[in-house]
Amino acid sequence: MIAEEQVWQALEEVKDPEIPVVSVVEMGIVRAVAVEGKAVTVTMTPTFSGCPALDVMEREIERVVRALGAAPVTVETVLYPPWSTEWISETARQKLKQFGLAPPPRHEGHLPVTFYEPVPCPRCDSKNTVVRNTFGSTLCRAIYFCNECVEPFEQFKAL
Amino acid sequence: MSPEMQQVLAEKLLSMADDELVLAHRNSEWTGHAPILEEDIAFTNIALDEMGHARIWYGLHQELTGIDPDEAIYFREPRAYRNARLLELPRGDWAFSLVRQYFFDVFEMVRAERLLESAYRPLAEAAAKIRPEELYHYRHTHTWLQRLGLGTDESSRRTQSAVDALWPHVFQLFEPLPGEEVLVNAGFVPESIALETAWKKIIQEALAGAGLHMPAQPAASPGGRTEHTAHLADLLAEMQGVARANPGAEW
Repeated sequence: MIAEEQVWQALEEVKDPEIPVVSVVEMGIVRAVAVEGKAVTVTMTPTFSGCPALDVMEREIERVVRALGAAPVTVETVLYPPWSTEWISETARQKLKQFGLAPPPRHEGHLPVTFYEPVPCPRCDSKNTVVRNTFGSTLCRAIYFCNECVEPFEQFKAL
Repeated sequence: MSPEMQQVLAEKLLSMADDELVLAHRNSEWTGHAPILEEDIAFTNIALDEMGHARIWYGLHQELTGIDPDEAIYFREPRAYRNARLLELPRGDWAFSLVRQYFFDVFEMVRAERLLESAYRPLAEAAAKIRPEELYHYRHTHTWLQRLGLGTDESSRRTQSAVDALWPHVFQLFEPLPGEEVLVNAGFVPESIALETAWKKIIQEALAGAGLHMPAQPAASPGGRTEHTAHLADLLAEMQGVARANPGAEW
């Protein structure tokens, strides 16, 4: 018999390989866990639909749940409701910042409002920053420049 | 759903998937070659996004037909591909690729907006996922269209040439597939003419705002999505080569 709580705890170990400081639970990627005896079904949702880390996360989720003695383990992917950066937990936002990634701006479902908001530098909190490229080293990142630090930084793009 | 309807829907999904895949491949050809580093990164990301969207449409196609996406991508002959010819044309200069991407972004955006209301739930759900991602593309390519159009004489000339060269091919995107009216009547997909009208309104304003002119409406492009240029065969030869040399290989 496996408790649902155990599964959630195990999933905390699974990180997004492109942002190795936050778990798939904190990111809001895991949507649901269902346990029936030893059978476990984890429902996940992609962040950006072209994210190349999806398969890795899916395999990792399966591995850690199997390690609890669960069988069979099913990992289901759903597209709806579409993942949003609004689902990233507050602690995860702080971890992103410490990692050097400016957390995604809040938009409450109105994505375009974020396009013109100043983005504070994750190092010095200055808003004297400028966007260099709305596309970055991964699908979920944009490149900014901080005029105070005179250094570039990356932002986790709002979705 | 009747078997006839299911067949048309599967064909529609395949055409949507093939459009995204072929465009993604053409855009990926800029990786390492774009005029500036920022655009190298941006075009590579956009290619990856479109590949993600292709994956969604091939997934929905698989739900109806059982055909594995890898099988569909790597082991179909050019004549079995259903992409619009616009998307298989060689990447040209950067203005050509940028304008093509912009035309497609607007197309995908107006389609996704309408698919949100699709009576076929998987299509509505996919559209909800794709639409916010397309906003990033649209914002990027629209900005560049203005910058190139209003930039130097050379950038403006090249951008207008790209618009002129793409124009005869672009309307194939809106041509309904044979039998598509059953999907429209069921509320599964929007009417083509509505998409085309919405698309043209946005494009007309954008071109005018960028100091470019919209060419005259071309005659309907001949042949449906079963007809391709020789460029598709070249593209697929490259894309499919490894998979065919080593069927079932994993990497």
